[in-house]
Amino acid sequence: MIVAAILALLVTMALVLTRAFIGPTVYDRILAVNAFGTKSVLLITVGGHAMGWYSYVDIALMYALINFVGTLAVMRFFETHDPRHDEL
Amino acid sequence: MRDLFAVIMLFGIFSFIAALLFLDMDAVDVAFTEAAVGAGVTTVLMLSALRLTQRYENVSHRHAGMALVVVTLTGAALIYGTLDFPSLGDPNAPVHEHVAPEYLQQTPEKIGVPNVVTAVLASFRGYDTLGETVVIFSAGIVVMLLLGLGRAEDFEQQEDILILWVVVKPMVALILVFALYVQFHGDFGAGGGFQAGVIFASGFILYSLVYGENHTRKVLPARWLPRLAALGVLLYAGTGMFSFFKGQVFLDYNALADSPVSGQHLGILLVEAGVGLTVFSTVLLIFYAFSGRRAVVHE
Amino acid sequence: MLIGLLSDLCLLFGGLLCLTGGVGLLRLPSFFVRLHAASVTETLATVFLIAGVMLDTGWALDTAKLLLLIVIMFVANPSITHALCRTAAHGKYRPESNHEPQASHQQENQSSNNSTS
Repeated sequence: MIVAAILALLVTMALVLTRAFIGPTVYDRILAVNAFGTKSVLLITVGGHAMGWYSYVDIALMYALINFVGTLAVMRFFETHDPRHDEL
Repeated sequence: MRDLFAVIMLFGIFSFIAALLFLDMDAVDVAFTEAAVGAGVTTVLMLSALRLTQRYENVSHRHAGMALVVVTLTGAALIYGTLDFPSLGDPNAPVHEHVAPEYLQQTPEKIGVPNVVTAVLASFRGYDTLGETVVIFSAGIVVMLLLGLGRAEDFEQQEDILILWVVVKPMVALILVFALYVQFHGDFGAGGGFQAGVIFASGFILYSLVYGENHTRKVLPARWLPRLAALGVLLYAGTGMFSFFKGQVFLDYNALADSPVSGQHLGILLVEAGVGLTVFSTVLLIFYAFSGRRAVVHE
Repeated sequence: MLIGLLSDLCLLFGGLLCLTGGVGLLRLPSFFVRLHAASVTETLATVFLIAGVMLDTGWALDTAKLLLLIVIMFVANPSITHALCRTAAHGKYRPESNHEPQASHQQENQSSNNSTS
C-alpha cells in the first residue's frame, strides 16, 4: 500500500511539472512549483519511511519550511517588479 | 524559454530533483544541504538579482549550432570516460579502499560520534573544511565590497496581507529553532554547520520578505554581518590555534580536553558553530547586498 | 493489525487525493479554479499521508516530529494559497487578462524587439 502511495505521488509530481511547463500565466507556474514542493515533502516522508532513509523527517521538515520561504519570495518579487523595465 | 522568472522557478525544481537523487544514493547530509541551498536560498538570491535587471532575455544573434556541437562532443567524451569507472558501491573500487575504511573504523573509537560524515568533515578533514569556510567568508566580503550593503532608511513599507503577518511570526521562530536543532544535532543525524547556517538565514529572509527590509535591518544591522562572519572564521581557526599552542598539531582536537574523545566532541562543536556562523552571515550579507542595491536603483 | 489496516487506508486515501489534485491542476480551465483544486486536495492529502506514516511508525520520536510536520503544512499551505490568490486578484497582473506573452522564438523578426531603447 505504501508503494501505491509513492506511485500516486510520483504521477502527481509529473502532472504538476507539466503544468509548470505549460502554464500560460506566471501564477500557474508559481502554483505548480509550490505544489511540486509540497508533493516532494510528502514523497520524502512516505518514501523515506518505506526505504528506511536515515533521519528523513528532518529533511522533510526543512524542505517544508524552505518551500514556504521560496514561494513567498517568488510572489514578493512578482508583486514589486516594475514592468517598464522588461523588454520583450 | 526566454522568461528568466520561469527559468528560476524551474531551477528550483531541478535542485530539488538533484536532492532526491542524493537521497536515493543514501547521501543524506548532501541531500539536506542541496535542498536547503538549492531550493531555498539560491532561488531567493537569483530573484533578488533578477529584480535589478530585466525579466526577458535578449535575443541573441549568435549561432547556437556550434555551441551545441561542442557541448555534445564534450558530454560524449565525459560519458565515455565514465565507462571505465567501477560500478556504484563496488567494494573493490579505489574509493572504498584506502582511507574510507579507516575513517569508518576509527570514528567510533577515536571520536565517538554516530554521524561519520560530520566526523570526517569536522575532524579527520578539518583543514579542508576550514578552507571551505574561508572561501565562503571571502565570497561574502567580495559581494560586500562590490555592491555595498544598503541602509535601513531606504526601504518603504511592504503592503500587508494580514494572514501572512500573523502566520509568519511563529514560523520564523520555528525556523530559527529548527536551525539551531540542525546545528547541534549534526553529530547524530543529518545536519551540521552548513545546513544550519542556511536555514537560519532563511528565517531572516522570510522575516524581511513579509515585514519589510527596514524592520529586518533594525533587528540585525548590516554592519554586524561582516563581523559575525569574521567571528565564525576566528572561532574555527582559533580552535586550531588553541591546540597548536598546547603543543599539538594545528586542529588536533585531542588537546582540547582531558580525554581525547571529549576533546573531539568539544572541537567538533566549536568548529561547526564557527561554520554555521560564517555561512549564516554570508548568506544574509549577500541578500542584504542585492536588496540594498534595488532600493538605491529604484528611488 | 488494526493499526496497520488504518495506516494502509490513510495512505491509500491520501494517494487518491493527491492524484485528484494533480489531474485537476491539469484539466481545469482557469487559474483560480486550479488554485482551489490544488490547494484543498493537497492539504488534506498531506494530513492523511503523514497520518498513515505516523500510524506505521508507532510511538517514537519520529511520530512527534511528523505531527509537527502536519501542523506546519496545515498552516503554511493555506496561507500561501491565500497570498497567491490575493496577489492574483488584486495585483498588477490579472490572470484573465493574460498579460503574459506567448512568446515563440520563430516570430522574432529582425526589426522590432532587439532594439534596446
